[in-house]
Amino acid sequence: MIPNEYLPIAVLFILATGLAALVIILGHAFGPRRPTARKLMPYESGMTPIGPGTRRIRVAFYMIAVDFILFDIEVVFFLPWAVYARELSYYGLLVIGIFTVLLLVGFIYAWKKGALEWE
Amino acid sequence: MTVMQILFLLIGLVTLAASVMVVSTRNMVRAALYLIVTLFGVAVLYVLLNAGFFAVVQVVIYIGAISILFIFAVMLTRDVTGLQAAAFNRTWLLAAFLALVLFGGLFLALQGWSGFETVPPAFTDDTPTIRDLGLALVSPDGYVIPFEVASVLLVAAMIGAIYVAWGRK
Repeated sequence: MIPNEYLPIAVLFILATGLAALVIILGHAFGPRRPTARKLMPYESGMTPIGPGTRRIRVAFYMIAVDFILFDIEVVFFLPWAVYARELSYYGLLVIGIFTVLLLVGFIYAWKKGALEWE
Repeated sequence: MTVMQILFLLIGLVTLAASVMVVSTRNMVRAALYLIVTLFGVAVLYVLLNAGFFAVVQVVIYIGAISILFIFAVMLTRDVTGLQAAAFNRTWLLAAFLALVLFGGLFLALQGWSGFETVPPAFTDDTPTIRDLGLALVSPDGYVIPFEVASVLLVAAMIGAIYVAWGRK
């Protein structure tokens, strides 16, 4: 059987989905909708839109996503250690310290290379 | 049917339907969004198996990071974001054949497995928890060396990704 500690997550999930659905349904049911071709056009400050709406995004987004994955995996490694951290005391700190320092090498490389710069 | 079985069937159905949508929708951004639904379904399956840590990892890594990377990668490659992306390519027949062979092989291999009929053992105090995982990761008789090497792997991946994206700048 599923432990009860997941119950709040389930309730939150159902509430969030239900509320989102409710808002959309209410808007559809009661909002006045008199569409014309001009109203349905993408809004571009009054101009007739030119070209496709989707543009190529910057490489910086991709760079940040890749770095984020790596730091995310770092978090996954931290989590089991953190649960046990108090009992492991200095030995655990040493182990996780080496782990972090090694990762910092990559972080410094990214920083120096300018991968975290926006411009 | 118990509540668990109904839940499992519901989640399995949602996961399967979403994964079919991932491969059948023509819009790549939508495919990535359906992929998030699929991955979330798998996370809920982990919860049903009482594997809370895996559920958290699934949400944090796969939904939180990898799906976002997929969406960014799709938005970065303009040609495939259009609605006109082809659903089939030249090797689709071969791919379908290989998928069938794989399915048949798995089906035959699992046919004699008794696990489908037996009820899994209940969780006891001896069942490994996240604390045991943490202890195993840092203890010298456990996996402390692979644990530290994992960070080297992460650094290598990071430097590689930056090099590929930025070149010799």
